[in-house]
Amino acid sequence: MRLDQLPHRKPAYVDRIDWACMSPAEGQRLREFGICEGASVELLHRGGWLGGGAVACRVGRMTIAMRAGHAAAITVSMDAAPRQ
Amino acid sequence: MSTQPLVALVGNPNAGKSALFNALTGARQKLGNYPGVTVERKIGRLPLNDGTIVDLVDLPGTYSLNPTSPDEEVTRNVIMGHQAGERMPDALVIVVDAANLENHLRFALELLALGLPTVVALNMVDLATRDGLELDAARLADDLGVPVIPTVAVRRRGLDHLRTELSHVLPLAAIPLRPGHKADDFAALRQEAHRIARRAIMSESPSRRLTGAIDRVALHPVAGMILLLTLLFVMFQGVFSWSELPVAMIEDGLAALEASVVSALPDSVGRDFLVQGVIGGVGAVIVFLPQILILFFFILMLEGTGYMTRAAFLMDGVMARVGLSGRAFIPLLSSFACAVPGIMATRTISDPKDRLTTILIAPLMTCSARLPVYTLIIAAFIPARTVAGGIGLQGLVLFLLYVAGIVGAFVAALLLRRSVTKGGGGGFLMELPKYQMPHLRDMVLGLWQRAAIFLKRAGTIIFVTTMVLWLLLSFPHPPANSDAPAIEYSAAGRIAGLIEPVLRPIGFNREISLALIPAIAAREVAVSALATAYSIDDSRSEDAAARSLTERLAGRWSLPTALAFLAWFVFAPQCISTIAVTRRETNGWRWPLFMIGYLLAAAYVAAGIVFWTARALGL
Repeated sequence: MRLDQLPHRKPAYVDRIDWACMSPAEGQRLREFGICEGASVELLHRGGWLGGGAVACRVGRMTIAMRAGHAAAITVSMDAAPRQ
Repeated sequence: MSTQPLVALVGNPNAGKSALFNALTGARQKLGNYPGVTVERKIGRLPLNDGTIVDLVDLPGTYSLNPTSPDEEVTRNVIMGHQAGERMPDALVIVVDAANLENHLRFALELLALGLPTVVALNMVDLATRDGLELDAARLADDLGVPVIPTVAVRRRGLDHLRTELSHVLPLAAIPLRPGHKADDFAALRQEAHRIARRAIMSESPSRRLTGAIDRVALHPVAGMILLLTLLFVMFQGVFSWSELPVAMIEDGLAALEASVVSALPDSVGRDFLVQGVIGGVGAVIVFLPQILILFFFILMLEGTGYMTRAAFLMDGVMARVGLSGRAFIPLLSSFACAVPGIMATRTISDPKDRLTTILIAPLMTCSARLPVYTLIIAAFIPARTVAGGIGLQGLVLFLLYVAGIVGAFVAALLLRRSVTKGGGGGFLMELPKYQMPHLRDMVLGLWQRAAIFLKRAGTIIFVTTMVLWLLLSFPHPPANSDAPAIEYSAAGRIAGLIEPVLRPIGFNREISLALIPAIAAREVAVSALATAYSIDDSRSEDAAARSLTERLAGRWSLPTALAFLAWFVFAPQCISTIAVTRRETNGWRWPLFMIGYLLAAAYVAAGIVFWTARALGL
């Protein structure tokens, strides 16, 4: 499942990230936010008003906002155990 | 250059670094710029408990020593000792957010690997406790090998301890490096941070209950948007209604001053200069200080509470439509206060095309210097009555002017992104920090710094341009037997006469043509210029003394002219400071000249459309 498709407020873990879908700087920033394989994530909010927009998700104890396109590059799973 | 030891305050964004800097240095701060870049340099004097005085520098927040924007680059360069205009720091204070320990520790480990004497401030421990986290600072200190001081910067907790530890580590040349430390291996640092954070956390409950609860409303696609628009509306209504009393007090004070000057001095050119030029001109601008402070109060509140990033989140969808990212919303909202800090704030946008577009449209956001112009015209031409629902008509018109600026900016962005700033990809990645109540002291300090900048402008650039203008308006005098207005004979009147034919088709008269020239120096000078022009003009008639500028305008301008004047200022070509900062940020004259050109054209067309539409409607 992709992060942008995750039901709201259901804890999940990052399975795989398609780094090719983003620029090196964006990839670096995502890693700095703590997005990596095995990280626990939760989809909190979708912007979506007037179309497009960002999603907000929890990573560890942080809340971060990203475009739906970036969230779509992150594959998550709701039942896997965390690897960290 | 100072020979005092230099201590750098460094950490992730949202770690509470600036609050700690304010708490440690108080009012002993100096704001400046690093040479060659527009990144703000904040330095302050910090007396330690053993009597040593150190210079504390507040570095821009960053997530790692691998910069992705110009301000993050400054942080890296200062710490490495490579920044021009800054000496190598003798010690570091690493600020970490106690409630976000794991993430902030990774950067802290990267910094510790540099081997500089270091103290870690475990900041905002109160919010961590509110969030259900109990931390063991002693254990963390053991694991990191440096002192760790729990602090609450906004409540001044832990500062004494921090100063003591700083005086202990300063004499050290270096700290021993932790064994097996690989600062360049991102994954290894993250695992190490995870391990250390786990050991330091004594108890933990699910995070961010309060922030989560507020965000359910604030980030909701419908409720959140209504909240954002309501906040902005309250802000603009507040600018009008809360300022009534202080504005009246300043006006009374100026009137008393003018009366005392008139009674104390004999009728002379010198007295005219004091009354018409200095008190009339500069006073007309000073009167707007309360409104500007109220506006800055709201902006500082939105930033300090953490709401500003939520606004960026909500606006990202709209911004994406015009080819920008939600991140551009913060510089644009700051531009409501002033385009200069707004344009400087664009350096957090990493995509160059996104950044350039944001710079080019920032002057369309209604800056506080336009407030004097708007409020003057509104007070003179829009009746002070309420419309449906008890909403003040004057506040509503002001709100609509702000909306006009925003719509203009979006249309401009859309066109620019399809032409001169085509290409590049607008991404949006941003941390949404915890909500917190800004501390009164930080707010007062922020407002004081803004007030000082405004008054300094009023005392220098506005004072000088008003003086020059008064001279140009007053001389040469008309012949004694002339019935025509004095202004027509003056040097300024003749200059204005040259540009008036160009501006007449959009409803502008000679006085407006005259006011627009010095407004290039600073927009609010348009008000003092009109005040000076009309007071000189009126000084020839008997009943002139008691009339305010508002009354003078209401009697002389038609409503279409007034509305066209407002429309002009929605787009008005920006002030010299904005042009200068644009030149510096874009490294050349090409973009500032482009900006002047397109805004001038837009202002002319908009004023013309408004003037002729108003005339056609019989207003």
